[in-house]
Amino acid sequence: MTVMMTAAERAASKDNLIGFTMPITALLGAILGVLAGKAVGLGLPIGVLTGAVVGAVFAFVLARYFPRKLGRWFAVLTLGLVGFLTGSFGGFVAGAIAGAAIGWCAYWLFTGEYRKGVPPYATTGQVLWHNGFRLICGLIFFFLIAPILTVIPLSFNAQDFFTFTPEMLALDPAGYSLKHYEDFLTNSDWLRPLKNSLIIAPFATMISVSLGTLAAIGLSQSHVPFRQAIMAIMISPMIVPLIISATGMFFFYSQMGLWMESTFGISQSLSGYIKVILAHAALGIPFVIITVTATLVGFDQSLTRAAANMGANPTTTFFRVQMPLILPGVISGGLFAFITSFDEVVVVLFVGAAAQKTLPWQMFTGLREQISPTILAVATILVVISIGLLTTVELLRRRSERLRGMSPG
Amino acid sequence: MTDTSTQPSGPVLAADGTPLKRSLNRALRRQKIRALMLIAPLLLFILITFIWPIAQMLFRSVENQIVSDVLPSTVASLADWDGAEGTTPGDETFYALTQDLMAAVVRKDHTRLGSRLNYETTGISSLFRKSGRKVDDMGEVYTDQFVGLDDAWEDPATWVALMADLRWVAAQSEWDGEGDEPAFRLNADAANALPKTAAAYQTFATTIQIEDNDSPTEEEPWNTVYLALYADLSADASTQVDGAQSELIATAAAEVGSFETEDLRASFVDIDEDWDTHDTWSTIKTYSPDLTNGYFLNAVDLQKTPDGSEWRPENEQIYIELFWRTLLMSFAITASCILLGYPVAWLLANLPMRSANILMILVLLPFWTSLLVRTSAWKVLLQDQGVINSLLVWIGVIADDNRLALINNATGTIIAMTHILLPFMILPLYSVMKTIPPTYLRAAKSLGATNWTAFWRVYFPQSVPGIGAGSILVFILAIGYYITPEIVGGTKGVFISNRIAYHISSSLNWGLAAALGSILLALVLLFYWLYDKIVGIDNVKLGG
Repeated sequence: MTVMMTAAERAASKDNLIGFTMPITALLGAILGVLAGKAVGLGLPIGVLTGAVVGAVFAFVLARYFPRKLGRWFAVLTLGLVGFLTGSFGGFVAGAIAGAAIGWCAYWLFTGEYRKGVPPYATTGQVLWHNGFRLICGLIFFFLIAPILTVIPLSFNAQDFFTFTPEMLALDPAGYSLKHYEDFLTNSDWLRPLKNSLIIAPFATMISVSLGTLAAIGLSQSHVPFRQAIMAIMISPMIVPLIISATGMFFFYSQMGLWMESTFGISQSLSGYIKVILAHAALGIPFVIITVTATLVGFDQSLTRAAANMGANPTTTFFRVQMPLILPGVISGGLFAFITSFDEVVVVLFVGAAAQKTLPWQMFTGLREQISPTILAVATILVVISIGLLTTVELLRRRSERLRGMSPG
Repeated sequence: MTDTSTQPSGPVLAADGTPLKRSLNRALRRQKIRALMLIAPLLLFILITFIWPIAQMLFRSVENQIVSDVLPSTVASLADWDGAEGTTPGDETFYALTQDLMAAVVRKDHTRLGSRLNYETTGISSLFRKSGRKVDDMGEVYTDQFVGLDDAWEDPATWVALMADLRWVAAQSEWDGEGDEPAFRLNADAANALPKTAAAYQTFATTIQIEDNDSPTEEEPWNTVYLALYADLSADASTQVDGAQSELIATAAAEVGSFETEDLRASFVDIDEDWDTHDTWSTIKTYSPDLTNGYFLNAVDLQKTPDGSEWRPENEQIYIELFWRTLLMSFAITASCILLGYPVAWLLANLPMRSANILMILVLLPFWTSLLVRTSAWKVLLQDQGVINSLLVWIGVIADDNRLALINNATGTIIAMTHILLPFMILPLYSVMKTIPPTYLRAAKSLGATNWTAFWRVYFPQSVPGIGAGSILVFILAIGYYITPEIVGGTKGVFISNRIAYHISSSLNWGLAAALGSILLALVLLFYWLYDKIVGIDNVKLGG
């Protein structure tokens, strides 16, 4: 969308260029110049000065002589080249980023795009506030996402450090390696916890989903005595702080473990798994209840009556009519339960024994004792998994909304 | 039409002839039962694996049976001691202590009791351990003298004949050695004539049967039984029993007057001087009831004394401060979440759907990312040689030798937990702001309100429910956090949960852990109740 400029504005654009776009772009250039000066080794004043001059010149040249797209590429390539000459590949990337920033800023200011979100009659103060507000929000989003994104490059560190090495900053391939991933995939200290997590989480999820779905269907019937109280009890594992649940379960499951071992004669390791699975199932149940009840709110009960009317027995009705419609809710509840168990540390720390050590537990010990940056590799893998889960849940939610829109009533 | 008016006006009938009302009621009841049947499995599961453990934990915070279990007669005899400052209990109590401790040592209970009482008064643990090693020598002087009188006293059969119930003797002789020996039963006459001896022998017999799988018919009694016999006979020299042992008893009764005696108090004090202190005994007496509020008093920096409670010494008071810190830091985290979450939620609610959905991913991704991943990310970012400090040093804002202490203190905990809990603030705020029509703001402005007035008087009041919901959610979650403070909190940034975990896994003072947990639970339930009042639990939503 191009911004319409009135004739008066176009006439004023020369003043705009010299009095407005150039100084502000110069300011941005000066800020970038501080960093550049620091990186190259010039003093602070020289860096600021050079940056400001570069910013002003670019603003002038781009606004005057280049169409938008070409101009931005020009800025990126020119500054990238300058960067490359001073600091090889890493310099090129840094320069290109600076060029992109300056190019974008110059056009954004010059074409008046910065006023896009506010009405034409807004005062300067209002425009400033509007953009300042967006900047603040941008910084908050940065705060939200940056820690997670920082972990990813760090996990490819060739050194055993938890910080960026100079080689990494220069984007030197020698500074990167897959050795932490290799360690993760070959070291039994990490593989056994991974295996445990993959045993415990699915079983816990199955228990929570099967019991939770049934109960949610029961709760969504029209006449349920004590619905409030029952709901409160079922949600309670989510409300009670984990440390308290863990303390209670610690006492309970240590007795139950002994009881299982002496009564059924099962091995200590098996009873350990059963204990952790049951504990995690209890923690996952509120999530299943909440998501499935939310899905059932939109479920048209007359469909089950119609099915019964046509001669289907309750089991058939459930699996052929109700289940397909609430399946998205059930699956996303299951994913929540899965991630709860897969992520959980406190309860497994208290209830489980060393044989049931899960991935988060191993990460927790690693973080406390500072063993190795392999943790970062694991973290990266977990981030990728959570992106996958997020996408799935989001798609399921949309599908469920679509289905609900289609269902009659 | 006259037909209908002549029909009797009875109840409306259903198809099968039953009154409609009853038929409907039956259908309703069936429906209710079916719903409850569907709910029942989960309800039972939660009640057994979650609610019951928590109830058990609550009970554990007041439970204190160990003292009266391990030292039953000592506790009984301590009732006679007034616990006055500077005094110790009478000889009777030391006699009871000898009897109790002997059985406890065989059951290996005395160390458990020692560590339990050690939470209250340091030194008691080693006191019990030391005494436990030597208690089996106590009363030996009597054993030797009884055996010196007659070798029959050394013979287990003498004792069985003297003490055992005849039915037990019969059952014991029929027992084929498979399974457990029949439990020892005392002869009522012996119990009448020699009460202390009978009690001591009963303890001896039961304990060795259970603990060592030994039979009283084969084992010589402990020295404490001879000690009890001496006590009985010396108290009443005219004691008589019927049967084959009457002569034996009569001889012994005549001789005890000239026996060499042992001062039990002196023997105990010889083992450890702490037995002669008022503190030791007053601790045992204070903690002798089966239920105690001692753990709760400890959890709020008080200590239990025989007549009520008093403040702990200044340098031992930690818990009130810790609770305060937990509350204050949770408030700080909630406040910073409001501060950061409000603008973002506003932006998301007011952007067009498409861009809002894309930005929403930036909120949901941290929400879905493992807690450990986010905590490790903050550890990487905040530590001394970490990314933030290195960046600041590189830019030149701070000197290399003067790096900011961002981790292992309250700052670290607040930063990391604000990041971790921020989505829990943004999501409820967003869902509330989504329902506020943007036209209200425009209307306010067209009526002449300034931007600020329009926001503060029109928009903000409507978004307050969202702030309330988000704040209470964040606060409840923050107050019980354990992992993040443990990793980035150091010593100054830890919460009460970390102390609970410490008592569970390191100091093993489970009662105190349970008491701290109960207080925390009460706090959370209070806030949860507020949440329910303000928002309603049915409105809990997850992920957009």
